[in-house]
Amino acid sequence: MAELPEIFRVMAYVGGIMAFVGLNAAFLVWMERKVAGHIQRRIGPKEVGPFGILQSLADGIKLMSKQLVVPAKADPILYRVAPALTMITAVMVFVVIPFGPALVARDINIGLLLIFAIASVNVLALLIGGWGSNNKYSVISATRAVSQNVAYEVPMLITVVTMVMIVGSMNLNEIVGQQGNLLQWYIFPWNGSILLPVAFVIFFICSLAETNRAPFDLGEAESELVAGFHTEYGGMGFGLFFLGEYGHVFVGCALASILFLGGWQCPFGWMPGVHWMMIKTYLLIFVVMWIRWTYPRTTLYGLLNLSWKVMVPFSLAVLLVTAAMLKVF
Amino acid sequence: MSEWAADPSYETFVLNMGPQHPATHGALRVKLRMDGEYIVEAEPVLGYIHRMHEKMGENRTYLQFMPNTGRLDYLSALSYNHGYVSAVERAAGITVPERAEYLRVITVELNRISSHLLWVGAFVLDLGGFTPLLYAMDDREQILDLLERVTGSRLTYCYFRFGGLYNDVDDDFEAGARAIVKRMRDKLPMYHNLISKNIILRQRLEGVGPITGEMCRKYGATGPVARGSGIPYDVRRHEPYSVYPELDFDIPVYEQGDSMARYLVRMDEIEQSLRIIEQGLDKMPDGPVMAEKVPKIIKPPKGDYYFAVEAARGSFGVRLVSDGTNTPYRLKLRSPCFSNVSLFGEAARGMLLADAVAMFGSLDLVIPDIDR
Amino acid sequence: MKTNAVEKALGALGSAQVAVSDHATRGFHLNVTVNPEEVVRAAEVLDAEGFFIEAVTGVDWLGEQEALAKEAAKKAAAAQKAAEAAAAETAEQGGGEEGAASPPEPADEAEAAGQGQEPAEDSFEVVYDFNHFQQLCRVTVRTRVPRSNPELPTISTVYPGADWHEREAHDFFGLIFTGHPDLSPLLLPEDADFHPLRKDYKP
Repeated sequence: MAELPEIFRVMAYVGGIMAFVGLNAAFLVWMERKVAGHIQRRIGPKEVGPFGILQSLADGIKLMSKQLVVPAKADPILYRVAPALTMITAVMVFVVIPFGPALVARDINIGLLLIFAIASVNVLALLIGGWGSNNKYSVISATRAVSQNVAYEVPMLITVVTMVMIVGSMNLNEIVGQQGNLLQWYIFPWNGSILLPVAFVIFFICSLAETNRAPFDLGEAESELVAGFHTEYGGMGFGLFFLGEYGHVFVGCALASILFLGGWQCPFGWMPGVHWMMIKTYLLIFVVMWIRWTYPRTTLYGLLNLSWKVMVPFSLAVLLVTAAMLKVF
Repeated sequence: MSEWAADPSYETFVLNMGPQHPATHGALRVKLRMDGEYIVEAEPVLGYIHRMHEKMGENRTYLQFMPNTGRLDYLSALSYNHGYVSAVERAAGITVPERAEYLRVITVELNRISSHLLWVGAFVLDLGGFTPLLYAMDDREQILDLLERVTGSRLTYCYFRFGGLYNDVDDDFEAGARAIVKRMRDKLPMYHNLISKNIILRQRLEGVGPITGEMCRKYGATGPVARGSGIPYDVRRHEPYSVYPELDFDIPVYEQGDSMARYLVRMDEIEQSLRIIEQGLDKMPDGPVMAEKVPKIIKPPKGDYYFAVEAARGSFGVRLVSDGTNTPYRLKLRSPCFSNVSLFGEAARGMLLADAVAMFGSLDLVIPDIDR
Repeated sequence: MKTNAVEKALGALGSAQVAVSDHATRGFHLNVTVNPEEVVRAAEVLDAEGFFIEAVTGVDWLGEQEALAKEAAKKAAAAQKAAEAAAAETAEQGGGEEGAASPPEPADEAEAAGQGQEPAEDSFEVVYDFNHFQQLCRVTVRTRVPRSNPELPTISTVYPGADWHEREAHDFFGLIFTGHPDLSPLLLPEDADFHPLRKDYKP
């Protein structure tokens, strides 16, 4: 694509990413409902389209046709900005994700850093959404979401630092490029540090917590806080929160597969490409859903204790052991 | 309110949980004064679906009031039928054929299982686990199907009559009931694996929301709430009625008094109810299901009468004051949930919101039963 | 056992009348009647014996006194008839002027007792149900308060669980429990000024 003028490339990728985020969210909503259905001895949506696959489209049309109501006494600016902000961060992180060897919008050498820099702005969206909607449940939920995200960013970044130390690069494509086949994936302990599987588990749990997914969905704990920070949102305001959430879930799982499972590389060396990336990411997303429909929710204090007393020490141990091993070998 | 809470520099806010809130399972409102996520004071506000059943009782004949009893605690309506019917029978001096009493006990226990199953599902839903609700609903459906065939309704039963039952069961009932016993016996280990052994759930329940036996006594809490606090009080054993003395079953009691204990009491009660049903089916004699000499118009002699039964949520009592006419002079319905929820204010003080929701769920409240 | 101990303990109260009743036909073991002032004492005694509270409720005995008076009048009339018959008999036997003059007098008396005099005031009965967790012993404590001034002390100081039951009784009957922390409507709407279980309540 290098021969095309730069402006076309930008437009193609912007359009592509926007379309992907939307379609991905629609697909994930359908998938979540199907997975939940089959886990719960029912079949989930089946009426709209084949296997109910158009259900999300129908839901989307319904959400878009609803009036946007700003509650009385809510802060009108913050209230409107929050859903847009969560959507913007979700779209922006897709810029550096390598779907295939050449299928990446911007192949920059600090891709990993950029993802975390932008994704952490998402917390701000939850905070101002909860604060701006003038609802006590939303405020409690927003404070919960912030403390949770702050707590889990620490161990997550420490594991990421570990990975950067092993790979020696923050370029996501290069990280994937180093994991040729199954045996070279960074999830296995012989590829740099014996604690790599632990690092993967820490990263995965932290990405669950970062994206507010069960069992860490304290932000929207529906039996305690009604619907958390988006209690007062309806129509597409709610829809954007939803899109953003699924976008972040996808990014979290995509990062896990890039860092640990070899991204677009094929486990057996045949035909690396975008399909492998998709398979790995959606498998991880399936695991995320599986966890959600199996476990009840933790409490906020249990969650913070888990982060500061378990996750942080373990991730530090991973970092130190890895550093020592890199120095020695 | 404690002294530190009275300090003007100490800031709290009021959080209205309900009347429309997912955790209250009906139109109940809890006024919470919060310090961040900690509860300073909790005050349940009742009456959103108050229907004045007791006044209705004074304006209807004894039989006409029967359907109302199924609308108090709509999840264990047959227990309430049983309590009311037995109270009137005690007042009017009617004896019931044995087969009818056995069938009453069997259907009441089936109803108790269905009530506990729904509670388990709703309780785990309060804790954020959605899946067990649908498993429990699935099993409950089988029981409702069976009871529907017998009684004609699925939820608000009105099956018992003074002196017996509305009608005898059909030929398939016994096989159906035994099939349910078998199915539930097979399913219970699954529930324990999915719920009781779940580490997150245990952490959320163990030691959370302790209620002491003394508190139960002061507030009159009965049923699984009291039995989870080490009080072996069950009307079926304590003050035997119907054919319960002839049946062999245990009263599960746990000493801890926390939400986990209340949960385990109910899970064990499902097992005991299965035993009761099995024995009832074995021992049930043939014969009529209606006493022969039941007057068309019931006119109990003057005086007041009390009858208590063990409903799924505790001791349900009927105080009947008769003036010798065909309508009750005064009908007091003592509902277990009313007493059980009255201790929430004291028990929830100083708790976290999430823990209070767990404890609230473990009390197993049915709002129409509280509000009557 | 328990019944006897409680009977003795409650019997020590000044106004208490303790009667053992048949559990099989009535549903409670002890039927205790006390004066309103002694309700708290009775609750304290039961608390010390380890009872728990089941319910507090009321019964409106509107028209009871009238019915009693009518019954008394009927009885008096019957008695008077008997007396008349007896008097007639004696008159027949005695045959003097005195005998002929005496019959109207008892009739006047009966009339005075039956209609002319206002019947005594009707009352609310307040019923407390207690039960014991370990032993089978149900105690029903009753007291009567006049309808015009339905006041009695609260027992929520002894049993905090009585708080709501008393509030409910206040809702339904307008009973005033002095010393109760909060008698605002519990089940009725918060602005309710009616008491639906009173027999003279018309919706």
